[in-house]
Amino acid sequence: MSARNLLDLAWLIPVFPAFGAVVLLLFGKRIGEPRAGWFATAMIGLSFVCSVIAFFALRSLNPDARANVSQGFTWIQAGTFRVDFRFLVDPLSSTMTLFVTGVGTLIHMYSVGYMHGDSRYSRFFAYLNLFAASMLVLVLGSSFLLTFMGWEGVGLCSYLLISFWFERNSAAVAGKKAFITNRVGDFGFMLAMFLIFQKVGTLDYSALGAAGHLPQSTVTAIALLLFLGAMGKSAQVPLHIWLPDAMEGPTPVSALIHAATMVTAGVFLLVRAHAYFDFSNHAGTVVAWVGAITALYAASVALVQNDIKRVLAYSTISQLGYMFLAVGVGAYSAGIFHMITHAFFKALLFLGAGSVIHGMHDEQDMRRMGGLRKFMPITAGTFIIGWLAISGIIPFAGFWSKDEILAKAWSTQNYALWAIGAVAALLTAFYMTRQVWLVFFGPERWRDDAVLLGHEIAPTEVEEPVAAAADHGAPEHGLEPHESPWTMYVPLVALAGLTFVGGALDLPFAKAKFNVLDRWLALPEAHPTSGLGGVALSTIALAIGVIGILLAIHFYRNGLRADGTDPAVERLGGFAGVLENAWYIDYGIARFVSGPVTAFARFLSDGVDKAGIDGAVNGIGTAARESGGGLRRLQTGLVRNYALAIALGTVLLLLYAATRVTF
Amino acid sequence: MSPLMGALTTAVEPTSKLGFPLLTFLVFLPAIGAIVTLLMPVRRPELSRAVGYITSMATLGMALFLLTQFDTNPLNSGFQLLETHSWISQLGVRWTLGVDGISLFMVALSALLFPIGILASAEVEKPKQFLVWMLLLESAMIGVFLALDAMVFFFFFEFVLVPMYFLIAGWGHDNRRYAAMKFFLFTMTGSAFLFAGIVSVAFMHQHATHVLTFDVGTLTNWAAANIHGGTAKVLFLAFVVGFAVKVPLFPFHTWLPDAHTDAPTAGSVVLAGVMLKIGAYGFLRFAIPFFPQAAVDLAPLLIVLAVIGITYGAIVAAMQPNLKRIVAYSSVAHLGFVVLGVFALTNQGISGGLFTMLSHGLTTGALFLLVGMLYDRRHTYELSRFRGIWKAAPVFGGLFVAATFASIGLPGFSGFVGEFLSLLGAFLTSRWYVVVASTGVILAAVYLLWAVQRAFTGEPDDENRATPDINFRELVTVVPLLGLSLFLGFYPKPVLDRLQPSVNALIRHVEANSNYKAPTVPTVVAPQKGEGK
Repeated sequence: MSARNLLDLAWLIPVFPAFGAVVLLLFGKRIGEPRAGWFATAMIGLSFVCSVIAFFALRSLNPDARANVSQGFTWIQAGTFRVDFRFLVDPLSSTMTLFVTGVGTLIHMYSVGYMHGDSRYSRFFAYLNLFAASMLVLVLGSSFLLTFMGWEGVGLCSYLLISFWFERNSAAVAGKKAFITNRVGDFGFMLAMFLIFQKVGTLDYSALGAAGHLPQSTVTAIALLLFLGAMGKSAQVPLHIWLPDAMEGPTPVSALIHAATMVTAGVFLLVRAHAYFDFSNHAGTVVAWVGAITALYAASVALVQNDIKRVLAYSTISQLGYMFLAVGVGAYSAGIFHMITHAFFKALLFLGAGSVIHGMHDEQDMRRMGGLRKFMPITAGTFIIGWLAISGIIPFAGFWSKDEILAKAWSTQNYALWAIGAVAALLTAFYMTRQVWLVFFGPERWRDDAVLLGHEIAPTEVEEPVAAAADHGAPEHGLEPHESPWTMYVPLVALAGLTFVGGALDLPFAKAKFNVLDRWLALPEAHPTSGLGGVALSTIALAIGVIGILLAIHFYRNGLRADGTDPAVERLGGFAGVLENAWYIDYGIARFVSGPVTAFARFLSDGVDKAGIDGAVNGIGTAARESGGGLRRLQTGLVRNYALAIALGTVLLLLYAATRVTF
Repeated sequence: MSPLMGALTTAVEPTSKLGFPLLTFLVFLPAIGAIVTLLMPVRRPELSRAVGYITSMATLGMALFLLTQFDTNPLNSGFQLLETHSWISQLGVRWTLGVDGISLFMVALSALLFPIGILASAEVEKPKQFLVWMLLLESAMIGVFLALDAMVFFFFFEFVLVPMYFLIAGWGHDNRRYAAMKFFLFTMTGSAFLFAGIVSVAFMHQHATHVLTFDVGTLTNWAAANIHGGTAKVLFLAFVVGFAVKVPLFPFHTWLPDAHTDAPTAGSVVLAGVMLKIGAYGFLRFAIPFFPQAAVDLAPLLIVLAVIGITYGAIVAAMQPNLKRIVAYSSVAHLGFVVLGVFALTNQGISGGLFTMLSHGLTTGALFLLVGMLYDRRHTYELSRFRGIWKAAPVFGGLFVAATFASIGLPGFSGFVGEFLSLLGAFLTSRWYVVVASTGVILAAVYLLWAVQRAFTGEPDDENRATPDINFRELVTVVPLLGLSLFLGFYPKPVLDRLQPSVNALIRHVEANSNYKAPTVPTVVAPQKGEGK
């Protein structure tokens, strides 16, 4: 079997989890726990095996011909518009499938333990499998429209999984919010496709090169519309508002969808369609600035969060900002590199957080944690590796990828972007250290109910833990925290290993050919490296991380103050309120929608439709009724007779007509 | 000669290689069933029901047979299975039936929705009368789509109202009298315009050629070539008003929410599923082919109304406190996509419009069925009275969510194919209108998911906790619709391929009889196997 024959079987990669989803949706209840979970894990595991085979088959090809579009059937065809179900395996999609299925398998396995005892256990795995299938269609699709299909599929699964515990109103609202916010982005994606079809004649990725022949304004318009789509899916300001709320979903969902895979779809889309950004003069600048602002914004908000998952949610938004910063300055492979390392360490952190929540009996407020390293050593150890990685400490994966992005920003003379990225990196190291210290070090605040009772917790933040507790039974404070079962910590250890060595994918030593990912992806690099040497930049980046960590340790070495207040947040004074409310963006949008937008909708509904149009119609009716004596009978229900008369007349006419038929 | 009606003008000889008049059978079979039902004793309702099931299933079977007999040769753009007999010769009215890509799936959809509607109404009061009206309605509905004589078309077009009126007035909810009367008067007013239009064209034709005929093919060719300028525009508008009320286009839509809300479930399914499409069908069969230049000149007007329908319908839907009214207003928005695509006058636009007509019948049909089941359980449509239904009735809730996403137009469901194509096709001719119309994809998610959140999620309260889950009979009504929507979402080719010849012929007809040139897009060589990017 030749390599290309093998690659033609790429459709198997999404088909395994799709099959799993169908089986579990139909027969999940009968399959039961834990078999449903293991079945789903097996399906995504098979998909991973196929991805590995596809990877080696692709690698065996000549570097210039590393792309294969499998045979398929026609999906939509009307006139000259045609889209096929075909899967494209090239270095980019192969890389994506590897990490989607790889991280996906670990998270499936983790969920087997995490979801233990849930009343909709098999349903959860059906959704997870459906999500994986959609994500794989997204990355393997050979055209914008097929990618869009996967794109919407992951949106659906995201909705279903965020509101998985839909008995909780907050979860149901969060799921809806995520889907609708994503649809705003989809609006841009769709318009981009319309424009591409009009100007290029096909949505197939094989015609991406045509971007070079289009007028500058068209290329930029397409690029920015695609970016609008990416902003929704990848939670860039101001379309980020859904992601913090998405933490209402079960923690493995947060790890799989809202950290490692789905939210990176936007980055993937831009890299896939990079031709439009290469040829556009200004689109890249917009992308880079939005990314940088998002990175800084979200990092600042993460400083003051008290919910263990919310810190990670804002951290994810911030890290996605880095990826867009990279894509915007034309450093595509650096963006993908950070996407992969981020998938490793953020999945690790989320699953670690889930393990903590599990061990703490559904407690999510970090103010009620502390000193947990003694009780859950594996979770603590792996979490610390993730913390060092995201803080940019050598030699962990995050150091290499974040460093590469900052170096690229510097070398393309975007010094302002570099500075924003550097400040965000400082904040990142700070808030992650704060999290680690509050959770794993310092006094065991969960023992001390007095602190909790004496401390007044803001109502917005107390909602979630209480709601979560309501769902799973009240946390029993007498019980000690415990380490999680092996199905949960094995994925943690595996991800920690990947986080440890993941940086080796793309070391910045081009001469020694250590930039493996860079050469494998073979994406264009917009600008040559120049200016300050790489080593000096890396040293600065490392120093920033160390300073952030030391600063945070200085504040939090003893945990919270005795009265339960936060030593660093207190220093911020009134500004802390701004940060706690995420700069009032979400609040502002919510006020705008519930205020003027709703008022306008009500005006249309009650004013225009009911009073205006329908009122006019009824007015004409009344006028006719009161002017014509004969018509007055309509009011007395005689319209029924009128209709009957018509019916009878019609029947008579029909009978008459029937007699006239001459066959 | 126009390519559109080439087949018809020459083919006077009764075609149908079948040896029997399949289309006439299709039209009359349900009516015969209605007569048989009339003969059944009132005290034995199960006999009436049996006749209803058998007749509607037999009609469905014949419609499926029609699908197999339909020639898929892409060059065959004319009418197939033509039957023509002289009827009222003094008036030049002939019994002419035929089917093409534009009508084929409307016939099939009608034949599918009636047995489902009847099954969904297994527990109605006065089943005998109910079934008589349903079967008569089915005959009329199929007749509308098959008639190729303008008078026969008009006859069926009007006749549809009668059983529908009695279904709403007899089996509807609280405001049924008001709703039925409003529905009746609205559409009758529109019909007056339509009748005037049809008769004017026929008389003008008679004046010029001394032949009185209502043959659609003849009139199309003659009118397209000989009626120009202001006359054409006035007549075009007469047809448009007649059909716009049915669609319904903004601002002629206010009968629809009332009629839907107070209609019995089966009535809503048929009303939304096929009856609204008569309007869009009329645009494609009469208004555009008769007056191509006027259609091209006035297309912006209709596109504006369509875009208003899409956005306005969605916004008003979001504000409704009544679940059934939300689904009703969603039809205004969906039919907006149809009209937008149709008046884009591009292949993708018209194909998308036609596909949406079919798809909307499936998804909105399913939604109305589900809303009806909810009413059967809770005796209300008020959103504020529902809570946590998904937990109380998990399978029912899951199906409702599935139908919701089908209606939103998620890729994988048929709605996406139709909406995407009609937006894409319209983008080629009216870019900025499509930018506004595309917000409809956001708004659809808003009003439907908001409704789901309010009614289906959360912890069920005492009122809702005991809501029974879906039963087998109900499952049989909904699953085929959703299954078909899913199938066509992944594999719309069987439908799209059969639409193409007629759609292309219509566009060529418009191009031949107006100054319009369909926009072209760059052509690209289809990617070959093994070829990368």
